Amino acid sequence: MKRRHYIAFAVVIVLTIIVLKLPPRAATQFKLAISSFFLPLLGLASSSEKIAAKAGNAVVPRKDLLKDNEQLHRENAELKIQLQQHDEFKRENERLRAMLGFQKRIPWNIRPAHVIARDPANWWRNVRIDRGKRDGLRADLPVLTADGLVGRVSEVSETHSRVVLLGDPSCPVSAMILDAKNEKVDGGVIRSGASVLNESMVELNFLRNPDAVKPGQVVVTSDLGGTYPAGIRIGEIVDVRPVDFGLVHIARVKLAAKMNLLDDVWVMMP
Amino acid sequence: MTALNTIFILVLAFLAVFVEASFGTFRRFLGVQVDLLPGLMVYASLSSGTATVTLLAVLGGLWFDSLSANRLGVSIMPLFLIGFVVQQFRHLILRDQKYAQLVLGFSASGFAPLLTLLILFSCGAEPMIGWGFAWQWFVMTVVGGLMVPLYFRLFGKVYRTLGYERIVETSFREDREIERGKK
Repeated sequence: MKRRHYIAFAVVIVLTIIVLKLPPRAATQFKLAISSFFLPLLGLASSSEKIAAKAGNAVVPRKDLLKDNEQLHRENAELKIQLQQHDEFKRENERLRAMLGFQKRIPWNIRPAHVIARDPANWWRNVRIDRGKRDGLRADLPVLTADGLVGRVSEVSETHSRVVLLGDPSCPVSAMILDAKNEKVDGGVIRSGASVLNESMVELNFLRNPDAVKPGQVVVTSDLGGTYPAGIRIGEIVDVRPVDFGLVHIARVKLAAKMNLLDDVWVMMP
Repeated sequence: MTALNTIFILVLAFLAVFVEASFGTFRRFLGVQVDLLPGLMVYASLSSGTATVTLLAVLGGLWFDSLSANRLGVSIMPLFLIGFVVQQFRHLILRDQKYAQLVLGFSASGFAPLLTLLILFSCGAEPMIGWGFAWQWFVMTVVGGLMVPLYFRLFGKVYRTLGYERIVETSFREDREIERGKK
């Protein structure tokens, strides 16, 4: 009996070493292959969630629906007016960029995706979405919600992908801070979350001009690094504090996207 | 029944990983996702053989890592070590006692994340660890430990439902009956 235990122990050690020593590409492929076993269950959970939501919608009082509808109509009308103004700005911007010889801006091409799973380990910030290679996704595409940036695609299989969220150490984002006049105040890099427990707070490092950074200022992506286009909203400055005996300053940023309630996201296609 | 036992344990491990990945109620309210596999490993090591423990460690670990950003294979060794140690001392453990189940569950659920992190760090990964992890570890330990008696109850019910009914032998024998009074 004891002998069997030790044989099993040796087998597990050898197997673990083999799996851990797999080349990164092979390990990723192997991982995606194993995770695909969960797809039917994840699909089932997603469908049942939708059915439950539909059932919930059926019992919403008509009065509330009419109220929501009226509010949406009003918002839609406001947005239409704003869009007219933005169209004018766009035309003007294109004209000026052409006059200065700047490169033409490419409009964002976004594709919807649904979050089907979260990382079961507490020490990573990742989600899995129901879009993959067959939908045209590839690694490093930005992922966002209507509120702001969420993260980037990190691994892609045929039918699903893994998205690494803002605050995870493997998702650094180059950011800039804008003041009330939308002028750049400072810049930095978001490297990690501010707290293990609070997913909506991240730290902005490498501030060059910390005195100009004030709570409430908006943080957006800068196009340094090449992964994210400039101007995607990230969040708002909460506070700035000195670290390492005042040699450097770190700002805490409250993310605009609700990271703990991610359900539907948008992938920015190339 | 042994093969069936192994299959049930593996199916439950698969479902446990799925639940951890897709249901975020605990995470939303407590900021923690609970790991259900160490508790299951305690049950498996107390009720099954080495083969089941090995299969659960390898498959459970691979399933967990496949849905996580963990490096593939890091969860295998912590799970197996729990099973290995419990099996070594199985003859000394009062497995039917709730107290023993709870103590083993707490120990296993506390040990598994720490060893996983140790392996991750030694592989060069940078998992997110801070003071908040102490809270996460506490919740994982407590909830994981509380799961062990539930596993015993669940599997007990399943086997009572699917297994053969136990024959209760009576000590009464007609030929040895002492009849009182006169005939």
